[in-house]
Amino acid sequence: MDLFLPESGLVIWMLIAFLIVFFILAKKGWPMIMGAVEKRNAHISDSLLAAEEANNALAGIEQKRQETMAAAQAEQIKIMKESQDLKNQLIEEAKTQARQEAEKIVSDARLKIEKEQAEAMANIKNEVIALSVDIAEKVLQRELSDKAAQTAYIEQLLKNNPTQIQA
Amino acid sequence: MKNLIRHITLVIIVAAALLTPRWVLAQDSIVPAPTEESQAPAPEGKEKFDAKSFIFGHTGDSYCFHITEIKGEPVCVWLPVIVKCKDGGSWHCFSSKHVCELKEGETFNHKGANFYVAPINADKYPGKLVEVKADGSLSRPFDISFTKNAFGIFLVCAFLLAFFLPAAKKYKKDPMGQPTKYQGLIEWLTYMVLDGIIRPNVPEKKVKKFAPYLLTVFFFIFFANLFGLIPFFPFGANVTGNLSITIVLALLTYFFVNLFGNRHYWKDILWPDVPIFLKALPLMPIIELISTITKPFALMVRLFANILAGHIVIMVLMALIFIIGGMYGAGMGGVMSIVSIFMTIFMTALELLVAYIQAYVFTILSSLFIGMAQHEPEHKS
Repeated sequence: MDLFLPESGLVIWMLIAFLIVFFILAKKGWPMIMGAVEKRNAHISDSLLAAEEANNALAGIEQKRQETMAAAQAEQIKIMKESQDLKNQLIEEAKTQARQEAEKIVSDARLKIEKEQAEAMANIKNEVIALSVDIAEKVLQRELSDKAAQTAYIEQLLKNNPTQIQA
Repeated sequence: MKNLIRHITLVIIVAAALLTPRWVLAQDSIVPAPTEESQAPAPEGKEKFDAKSFIFGHTGDSYCFHITEIKGEPVCVWLPVIVKCKDGGSWHCFSSKHVCELKEGETFNHKGANFYVAPINADKYPGKLVEVKADGSLSRPFDISFTKNAFGIFLVCAFLLAFFLPAAKKYKKDPMGQPTKYQGLIEWLTYMVLDGIIRPNVPEKKVKKFAPYLLTVFFFIFFANLFGLIPFFPFGANVTGNLSITIVLALLTYFFVNLFGNRHYWKDILWPDVPIFLKALPLMPIIELISTITKPFALMVRLFANILAGHIVIMVLMALIFIIGGMYGAGMGGVMSIVSIFMTIFMTALELLVAYIQAYVFTILSSLFIGMAQHEPEHKS
């Protein structure tokens, strides 16, 4: 059965050819392919790790930013509230001051009015006095002839109400 | 696994059925008769179709690469014949044209030695180059002719180099670059074997050491199988269906298993954990040593038988056309050719599957044996 007997010639050719191909591929073929693929695998997994780290860092930054934003917002609200308060206070103060001023002005005015009223009264009194003195003078000049009657009248006046005459 | 067994059984049955007539014929004529008697002379006028020569002529090795026939003249690629005659004879190197075109009974004289190629149905050295001594006796010279199968081997080897080396070069030049589609194909093929076959069987630390051999073996077998299915020149050589080729592959696996086997592997062979009377005789060590040989032997026969059987089945289906045509006339032959073509298409598709499966099985078993020889026991007893 030649079919089941190896041929020495073919065995030799096979051995030579296969071993040459094996050595060439083992030296120059497979290690390059496997090395490059493994290198790339490592590179990709490293990159993924780095990306994840970067993502995490970014998430941290984002959180920080949000915190800062929230703090700033709170600060803003606080400041606004304070300024509002200050404004209100200022307005309130201004109002009180204005009210006081007004009151003062009003009281001053009242005082002045009173004073002027008093002055006017005094003037009027003086006028009245002068007028009455005038009138009296004229009356007196007219009734000077009747001296006795005159004196009696003056005395009576003085007796009855000296203050009335003064005022 | 079940499918594999079924497949192998089928292949063995088919092979046995096909090979039986050869044995019967061989027993009919025990006397190593000269060539004229061993061949039945063709009937006058009509040449009888010889299915056996047809099938084994195409599945076996040959000194020339037969391409086709034009007007009865064969168109061949003549490959060199390199032989060294027995008993201190000289080296002879000549084109196979001289011996392949010989008529019956003629011999070719080269430097004082007469050669001829024994017919495929001869009893002695069928299909091989034979030296006819002066006294008429036949002698088979030491033959390292560059035959059709040797050509097939070199074709596959050249293809492997041309297919994988450019990718490796590209990787070396630019290991971080974006891989091209071609590199993607190479990566896919390489890692299919590496992750699918080698890594599950070989310890991770040793993968780098054994991967080159296993990858080379896988792709050699795979492409040799595929090239064997392509029916025209320069393909079509039945490389992996030849025992000479599978024996080399099996021997290489044998060396890789046993040369690199570690201490525990050799201890398990020479001094296994069995009762002392079993190993002192030494019964178990002998059985274990034989088992190291049977493993690659099974690899050798499995690949050879599977591929050869596939080729034989395809050739038988082709031969059926001429057999039926010869028996019942050209009309039936025509009908048979339609049936045959469909069957052949089916078989070729099956053989495509077998081409991959056999490469896969050879590599996975090789890596399993290599991995077992590298195994470190987790606890020492």
